Amino acid sequence: MIKATINNVDIEVPEGTNILWAAKKAGFTIPTLCNHPDLEPGGQCGICVVEIEGIPGLKRACMTPIGEGFKVRTHTPRVMATRKQLVELILSNHDTDCLTCVKNNNCELQQLAATLGINVLDYPKFEEKLPIDHTSVSIVRDPNKCILCGRCIQVCSKVQTVNALAVNHRGCDTLITTAFDAGLGNSVCINCGQCVVHCPVGALYERSAAEEVWEAIHDPDKFVVVQEAPAVRVMLGEEFGMPTGSLVSGKMHAALRRLGFDAVLETNFTADLTIMEEGTELISRLTSGKNLPLITSCSPGWIKFMETFYHDMIPHMSTAKSPQQMFGALAKTYYAQVKGIDPAKIVSVSIMPCTAKKFECQRPEMNASGYQDVDYVLTTREIGRMMREAGLDIKEMPDEPPDDILGEYTGAATIFGATGGVMEAAVRSAYRLVTGKELEDVEIKPVRGLKGIKEAEIDIEGTKVKVAVAHSCGQARELLDKVQDQIAKDGKSEYQFIEVMACPGGCVGGGGQSWGSNMAKRARRGESLYEEDRSLPLRRSHENPSVLAIYEKFLEKPNSEKAHKLLHTHYYKRSAVDGKILPG
Amino acid sequence: MDRESILKKYEANLSNILYIMHDLQDNNPERYLSKEDIKVCADYLNVPYSYVHSVASFYTMYSLKPRGKNIIRLCESPPCHLMGAQSLLDYLKGALKVDVGGTTKDGMFTLELTSCLGACGVAPAMMLNEEMFGNLTPEKVDAILGERRKQI
Repeated sequence: MIKATINNVDIEVPEGTNILWAAKKAGFTIPTLCNHPDLEPGGQCGICVVEIEGIPGLKRACMTPIGEGFKVRTHTPRVMATRKQLVELILSNHDTDCLTCVKNNNCELQQLAATLGINVLDYPKFEEKLPIDHTSVSIVRDPNKCILCGRCIQVCSKVQTVNALAVNHRGCDTLITTAFDAGLGNSVCINCGQCVVHCPVGALYERSAAEEVWEAIHDPDKFVVVQEAPAVRVMLGEEFGMPTGSLVSGKMHAALRRLGFDAVLETNFTADLTIMEEGTELISRLTSGKNLPLITSCSPGWIKFMETFYHDMIPHMSTAKSPQQMFGALAKTYYAQVKGIDPAKIVSVSIMPCTAKKFECQRPEMNASGYQDVDYVLTTREIGRMMREAGLDIKEMPDEPPDDILGEYTGAATIFGATGGVMEAAVRSAYRLVTGKELEDVEIKPVRGLKGIKEAEIDIEGTKVKVAVAHSCGQARELLDKVQDQIAKDGKSEYQFIEVMACPGGCVGGGGQSWGSNMAKRARRGESLYEEDRSLPLRRSHENPSVLAIYEKFLEKPNSEKAHKLLHTHYYKRSAVDGKILPG
Repeated sequence: MDRESILKKYEANLSNILYIMHDLQDNNPERYLSKEDIKVCADYLNVPYSYVHSVASFYTMYSLKPRGKNIIRLCESPPCHLMGAQSLLDYLKGALKVDVGGTTKDGMFTLELTSCLGACGVAPAMMLNEEMFGNLTPEKVDAILGERRKQI
């Protein structure tokens, strides 16, 4: 342990603790722009400078481990003047039209300028408008807002191992951009949006579909259906100042109805359906012994990652579409048929914790219904803003159920939003499909939580199934490298079933979550999903009455020909240069 | 030389990245690092394309866009500046009808600036490809460029 003082407050912290954290322990929050609780400190912004008695010059608190007997001062006149000057320099080179910025009121630079009392800009403005990158269908990048903190690069390269973004050029011309300056839409970017949720300013944000959705809602000729992903119900409350992870399923349905959607349905319904399709696929692969391990396919960021970097694994992928796309295919077929609505008039909207879903819905093969199956995807942030625009407050809403016939869901569906949830839900139903008996204890705890790659062995009446769960593409890479090695060496892998989610924490940590999130918040949201699971009367997908009804009336049985046409898909090999589909 | 033979000259070690890129650039008839050059370099060293692009964009001796057959690098450091580098630059721009970084229409010359060449004793100085020229005047520049045009 190290003993030191911060502004005369005695502290004792473990060796290696940096001054930023030591100061927090003493009750002082040192301002910073580049530091993020989930990332390694990089020392790019220099805002966190402090004075240490006996050491010449200022030291960056994030990069300096505290030493024995250090006397640190965090707000001397010299420190405060330096900080102010650094922020003023950043502002002189920053597009400061805050009122029209997507990050207005949520911007760390804006908050810092206010905290430091910067009222006048002494430096002349450096006004060079660089082109905004609109090449991606998911993410917009505005270099005029970028402060070069490097958080986006760190999360893209270290956490996700995608390496779409890098620092380019030098000095005043330094720019964070993609290889060949081609833009995110022409790069290996998987659209996961982790760069977006880590950006302290308005340099990265989702490509909004809010205007298009308003237009559809106000068009009397259109019938607008909406689906909401599992994770959205534990995120949306935060958009309205509720505690992190507040569960607002019923309030969310009520608010969407009041916003003007014609039918409020559920992605959770098709999550249950996904389990029926994917669970059946698992059983048939376990029986045949071919293409094991089976790997889940719900996460569109993960799909593009796999198509780009691991396309040799395509035969191992589940062919089941993601719940969003299953819903899309059914909304314009089964739902239209039963409700007697012309599918050409249906506009299908989905509310997602995700930016990659915007890419997924525009994939050319996603038109099984004869139309684009899902027309528009809105992130949690976009729908939160639309609700506020309509004068709705989620806190004030009553609890309302979703509409039938694509609305009913079980606890197995709702846990899809947390890492390990799809695996757990699949095992609950696979057990029944194999043995004809129900799994007594439905909670499979080893696959829950936010630790790294999770493993478990499930005993299905003597048949041992070894499973693994990865959340983040970095973990997926580690796991798949291991699987590929095992297959190359022994002809088979130790695992039979693998769940991969592109984002750390699963969908509750998606690129469409509220601004200012961190791993602790992701964990809290995941716990709320498990709480909803426990509170629901039905907790196994195969018990969902609406799922049973759709097989009886429309799809015949899981993996039937019709189910294959509507609910299953195929994958492409993509170039690691530009992310485009490779010929052949 | 094809790209494959260039790569084979070096061990696949990241510390060789600058040498490999110099060789690839010199080998490219348009004297720049093309997308294909960056791609083969990244694949050989097993690093992301964005990484190699990032390194190439940082150093001024690499170009990411096609250049002319001959590259003029006029020194812009203070001693050359004092000895009239600025008016020489204006002269070169006019004579070649290009801006700094530009390439003449016939693809013959690309005009660039450089920091100190260590030839302050003969300022103002410039390099034409690997060759050094000092005590420059507009007349001398005309003669150098005319000579080069004749050679090709």
